[in-house]
Amino acid sequence: MTIALPAERTAPTYKIDVSWPVLILCAALLCVLIILPMSWLFYYSLVDRTGAFTLDNFKTLVTDPVFVDPLTTTVILATSSSVTCCAFAAPMGWLVARTDMPLRRTVRALVTASFVTPPFLGAIAWELLAAPNSGLLNKIFRAVTGAPQDEHLFNIYSLAGLIFVISSYTFPYVFVLIANALDRIPGDLEDASAILGARTWMTARRITIPLALPALLAGAIIAFLQAMTLFGSPAILAIPAGFHTMTTKIWSLFNYPPKPELAAAASVPLLVLTVALLRAEHLILGRRGYSVVGGKQGDPRVIRLGAFKWVALGFVFLVLMCPVFLPYGALLNATFSRVATSFVTFDNFTLHNIHFVFFELSATRLAVKNTFLLGVASATIGTIMALVISYVTTRRAISGYRALGFLATAPVAIPGIVLGVGLFLSYARPPLVLYGTLWILLLAFVTIALPAAYQQLQSALRSVHTDLEDASRILGSTRLRTLRDITAPLLRTSVIATWCFIFVGVIRELSAAIMLFTSETKVISVLIFDLNESGDLGAISVLGLIMLAITFAVVILVNRIPGFGDARLRNA
Amino acid sequence: MNRLQFSRRDVLGATLAAGALATGRLTRPARAQARATAAEPITPALVEAAKKEGKLAFYTAMDLAFAQRLAKTFEERFHGIGVRVERSGAERIFTRIGQEYGSNIHGVDVVNTADQAHCLVWKRNGWLAPYLPEEVAKYFEPKYYDPDALHITTRILISPLAYNTNLVKEEDAPKSFADLLDPKWAGKLVKAHPAYSGTIMNATFQTARELGWEYFEKLAKQRVLQVQSATDTPKKIALGERAIMVDGAGYLVIRYKEEGQPVEIVYPAEGTPLATAPSAVFKAAPNPNAARLFQNWMHSREAQQILVDWARQYSPHRQVVEKPGVRKLSEINLMHEDAEAVEKTSEEIKARYTQIFKV
Repeated sequence: MTIALPAERTAPTYKIDVSWPVLILCAALLCVLIILPMSWLFYYSLVDRTGAFTLDNFKTLVTDPVFVDPLTTTVILATSSSVTCCAFAAPMGWLVARTDMPLRRTVRALVTASFVTPPFLGAIAWELLAAPNSGLLNKIFRAVTGAPQDEHLFNIYSLAGLIFVISSYTFPYVFVLIANALDRIPGDLEDASAILGARTWMTARRITIPLALPALLAGAIIAFLQAMTLFGSPAILAIPAGFHTMTTKIWSLFNYPPKPELAAAASVPLLVLTVALLRAEHLILGRRGYSVVGGKQGDPRVIRLGAFKWVALGFVFLVLMCPVFLPYGALLNATFSRVATSFVTFDNFTLHNIHFVFFELSATRLAVKNTFLLGVASATIGTIMALVISYVTTRRAISGYRALGFLATAPVAIPGIVLGVGLFLSYARPPLVLYGTLWILLLAFVTIALPAAYQQLQSALRSVHTDLEDASRILGSTRLRTLRDITAPLLRTSVIATWCFIFVGVIRELSAAIMLFTSETKVISVLIFDLNESGDLGAISVLGLIMLAITFAVVILVNRIPGFGDARLRNA
Repeated sequence: MNRLQFSRRDVLGATLAAGALATGRLTRPARAQARATAAEPITPALVEAAKKEGKLAFYTAMDLAFAQRLAKTFEERFHGIGVRVERSGAERIFTRIGQEYGSNIHGVDVVNTADQAHCLVWKRNGWLAPYLPEEVAKYFEPKYYDPDALHITTRILISPLAYNTNLVKEEDAPKSFADLLDPKWAGKLVKAHPAYSGTIMNATFQTARELGWEYFEKLAKQRVLQVQSATDTPKKIALGERAIMVDGAGYLVIRYKEEGQPVEIVYPAEGTPLATAPSAVFKAAPNPNAARLFQNWMHSREAQQILVDWARQYSPHRQVVEKPGVRKLSEINLMHEDAEAVEKTSEEIKARYTQIFKV
């Protein structure tokens, strides 16, 4: 009956369980991260310059063509991107999850590659490829067909071009949802269909597609939201083409003389649309939950494609050319070429760009340092917060756990640029001036990362049985100590995965950073954006490749950890 | 000695300014006040104090490659002082400093913008520190620096037209702004943005004054590729992305041509827009000595010669030797710069421009 306790644990009564203060701290932090910025945002949208209440900002928003046009464009852009993503990602997801197409693992890895590629970098790379006159692809087209100089095959500076580039870097979201849904659909249903005499196509039409449809709809919504809230790609491609989207318009309102009231008002529709669509997604995915809930499931049936599998593989690689092979090739080419849009030859091979970025460009060191620092700090803090909150909500440790869970999920509804505006309005003024420090960027990055991190760790925690924790608590250790000694080690893989997920996310973040940086708190993404505005493409290519190298180093490191490769795609 | 010499120059300056005032070309106060600021050479004490600070932040609108070249030469000349170049468009730099100062962040030591109007605002706000380098007092015409020595014109920029010689034959090349409205140039023009670039802000103001805003309304129908920086338009025509640049940094066109790239400059018949690019030391500069040393050196003959020889810009320094290959300013039909008017109308210019060009 006696249990031998270590000496230092003989007086547990003197120990204060610090879990409560920690939880209160978490809640307070979430208020600082979300509630305060959003309150300021709404406040600003409802006042004029003197601070008096007005609805004029919203009136301008819906009547002035300067705002109505970008709003219309944004809706067209988001809808088209969403449809394009689904049209390509759905067949790809099916091929990878359900057929005997070769190289399925490689395809999944390449989709991950396009997922972690910063969209703005992709946009710049596509400028190199498909600018109407200097683009490499158009040059090839003219060389092959003998078409005259002013003819082109692609024009990236157009709405269609923008939709294409955005889709190239958004389709992984849809792909992951579809592939995961198809992975989970039990094979029994399809077997039953087959036994009852249905052919492959009939089974697909009657069983597989209806079951995968909710995932497709959810994917469409996510893609819509991504396209709607993206800042980098439209700023790089739409402005040269002579049109604005909502995000670039909001950003331009901070040019001198700044109009924060209008910027705040213009952020509101993005916020409202996001909340509404996420609500819709929740309903759709919620329904799907019932359809496939079951105990033991049969393995998914693998469909044999026969000779078609090579056609399918060709299709998949053709799609993957767009986000991965072609842009990476263009960046590599521009790195070593004297002229960014000329093919590297012996004559124009140069190391000048690399030398310039590493030894002349004085912004490089600071930007790389800031990015790295912010990546590590955001990932660490974000993971700890997500861990604590998901622990509280899955174990129902305190009474207010629902609110905490809600707050941790809420930022998912706040587009990056809107969060940037909110944080700027909140913390560029006394009493708490964080603008000009890395702290404000840290706040932004942690907020952006929190929902995904929380969901990831919550599902991991659910799989850890509480017995072990209970044992630890019975033995007298505090909740935090239990968390540290028992729960955390069991969650190690997921925790590391979450950490890397946030780290990669921070490196590619631009839309919040662009609102919040100062000259001393620049990150690589902002530096690349700056360089693009002055057309220094060689330097961009080098910095972009550095960025990708850091990202892939982290991703590959993660994939070395057993079992993570799949888990990551599932939860992304 | 210095003081004596300076006051003699001052009298000269005052006479010049008075003359200019009489002809109505220069509406600046007489230069008597400048006597309050003594001209300062680079002294060992200044270098010592600057090295103790060890760094400075240089916010500038000049082309990145040139800014870094300047910074590097300075770092080699004065070991132990690192220059951090913060490069963006002049209007962007202006916004940035405004935003930073609005939140009490004093990051900038020395600024070099491409829009005189900015210095008017900063001067009015009381943000600038008076500092008159010796060589400026000796070798710069008084019209190139503020009577209170708060800002000094570092470089003189023009915004000409230019074309890609592979895409356009010399005889077909446009000779004037009016030529650009020819339908044959539709979809072949590239243009920079006045809300980003100070050079373009001034060029837009001057072109609109000379040709009217209708000119831009017609130009907007030509499907121009709208880039941001005045340093990007020369790059875009050098790449062959567009055949003709409507405005941008003339010095880069000359540089690229001398590098063997297929570009050629055109000085439009209606006149070439002009922008003088001033530099200033900020009163709240975190590295006040390094800032002064840099400001002093940047206007020395050494730095100004790099400006001419390497960057192919025009220098206000009288002792600088011209390098052949650039047309003399006096031989170009220049439009007239008007900083006060730009300062007053910049908001309107941006709004109008956005209305016409949609971005």
